[in-house]
Amino acid sequence: MNFYAIRSIYIFEMARTWRTLMQSIASPILSTSLYFVVFGAAIGSRVGDIEGVSYGAFIVPGLVMLTIMSESISNASFGIYLPKFTGTIYEVLSAPVSYIEVLIGYVGAAATKSIVLGTLILATARLFVPYSILHPFWMAGFLLLTAVSFCLFGFIIGIWADGFQKLQMVPLMIVTPLTFLGGSFYSIYMLPPIWQKITLFNPVVYLISGFRWSLYGVSDVNVAVSLGMTLLFLAVCIAVVWWIFKTGYRLKS
Amino acid sequence: MNAIISVKNLSKIYASGFQALRNIDLDIRRGEIFALLGPNGAGKTTLINIICGIVNPSGGTVLADGHDIIRDYRAARSKIGLVPQELTTDVFETVRDTMNFSRGLFGKPPDPVYIEKVLGDLSLMDKADTKIQALSGGMKRRVLIAKALSHEPNILFLDEPTAGVDVELRRDMWEMVRGMRENGVTIILTTHYIEEAELIADRIGIINKGEIILVEDKTALMRKLGKRQLKLYLQNPISSIPGGLNGLDLELSKDGSELVYTFDVHGEETGIASLLKRLNEHGIDYRDIHSSESSLEEIFVSLVSEKR
Ligand SMILES: Nc1ncnc2c1ncn2[C@@H]1O[C@H](COP(=O)(O)OP(=O)(O)OP(=O)(O)O)[C@@H](O)[C@H]1O
Ligand SMILES: [Mg+2]
Repeated sequence: MNFYAIRSIYIFEMARTWRTLMQSIASPILSTSLYFVVFGAAIGSRVGDIEGVSYGAFIVPGLVMLTIMSESISNASFGIYLPKFTGTIYEVLSAPVSYIEVLIGYVGAAATKSIVLGTLILATARLFVPYSILHPFWMAGFLLLTAVSFCLFGFIIGIWADGFQKLQMVPLMIVTPLTFLGGSFYSIYMLPPIWQKITLFNPVVYLISGFRWSLYGVSDVNVAVSLGMTLLFLAVCIAVVWWIFKTGYRLKS
Repeated sequence: MNAIISVKNLSKIYASGFQALRNIDLDIRRGEIFALLGPNGAGKTTLINIICGIVNPSGGTVLADGHDIIRDYRAARSKIGLVPQELTTDVFETVRDTMNFSRGLFGKPPDPVYIEKVLGDLSLMDKADTKIQALSGGMKRRVLIAKALSHEPNILFLDEPTAGVDVELRRDMWEMVRGMRENGVTIILTTHYIEEAELIADRIGIINKGEIILVEDKTALMRKLGKRQLKLYLQNPISSIPGGLNGLDLELSKDGSELVYTFDVHGEETGIASLLKRLNEHGIDYRDIHSSESSLEEIFVSLVSEKR
């Protein structure tokens, strides 16, 4: 294992994060606050409790997940896209590193940032709604798993993308809809039966449901299923990344 | 083992179907400075990029210090430093940070003293904590060299290191390259400037259209092909070369006004003195003399055109 390489990539990526700290933190916190004002306070006051949880508190896990997922994808995809774009990727390709080390470095840094942001959102939420955390250990676990999985996903997008357009397309066209339809703002039991079935094909449902369970003990789907689906998503991403490095897809000609 | 890099039957066909390398066989000797010469698109960068792991080979093998570059890539790559042809640098990072990054990436523990030394060798000391975006092109080139050296490689590839570099830096660079060879580093460089290869290399390889057409010791190459010509502009045209000048490599121009003497630069003696003496004896006066040498440039051009 080339630990120095992992460390180098991690430090390098984190330095990039620190340089852009203000905008990285400000925009998710602002948008989350807006969600709380609009959905939590304005609309939420007219919506009753869902499964015994007040609406304001109910949307907290969804909003945290929303931030984690979108931040993970954009950080990780940008982190690997940038050296590809500027050409500095040559150094990583010519270095004595395996794909695992590259991955730990880039994904580790991106995941660190999104977990920090997720935690900040959680703290911000506390200003708007009182909530308690039932299973802190599981909560941290889901946070971590989701961050890592989506950073991997972002990493793949960053390698696949050959223009800034594509880089933004996937998060915007696929991930945002899936998150909104994944039960961030409602329980899937509030949907008509047919949509409840269709929704189960949305992987984000499992993430949000699992995370919500770790906070309030209520969930749309069984928490074991949530965990299983999250791990499955993780495994698929790892397999794709392994293939990318093996074939040099979009990295080597 | 003599060869530090051993390329066997290496080919590259790009996804576009273009064959950039054709069955390349090449051995680089330990501790030498090897210059790879070739026109644009000859395949120099492709060859280097394959050895360094940036481009996938289509066939053949490469050993770097005895390690297969694919099967044993960790061992192979940790020995190699690469200065790429393009000026691809980070933007917002400082020179020092980017060097520390390179060193770590290649698996070496941090060593501020060594980094400081490389910065000094490349006259980058006063720019060490400057962001790279604020550097000039020549300085960026130095940063790339500094990055390549930051993990103490014993094989260094310089892909057109002097592109966009001023005379002074070029001289410094050659000094540094020679110094590194003293320390046992093997250096492989590509260049379009033939004088450069002549100046710095121990051996020269010529590549054209993906094929190595010649590999030779520089001195041997120069001796073999390094003929020099002396052109005498005669005062009065002559109709033929006088018999008394037989045995000398002389040629008379059609109009009889120019005499061309070809000799070997590396020969025991050039024979110029005796030529001039004998011309005098035969009453042939000349008004001007012009000497020209067949440089590597000519050798190169003739070799390349021969192959066409
Ligand atoms: N990614 C690629 N896809 C297709 N063809 C390529 C690719 N990279 C290089 N080539 C082609 O391969 C040939 C060799 O290119 P290479 O860059 O190795 O040449 P070079 O000798 O380094 O030239 P130069 O002196 O201009 O740097 C060129 O004809 C080039 O167009
Ligand atoms: Mg080139």
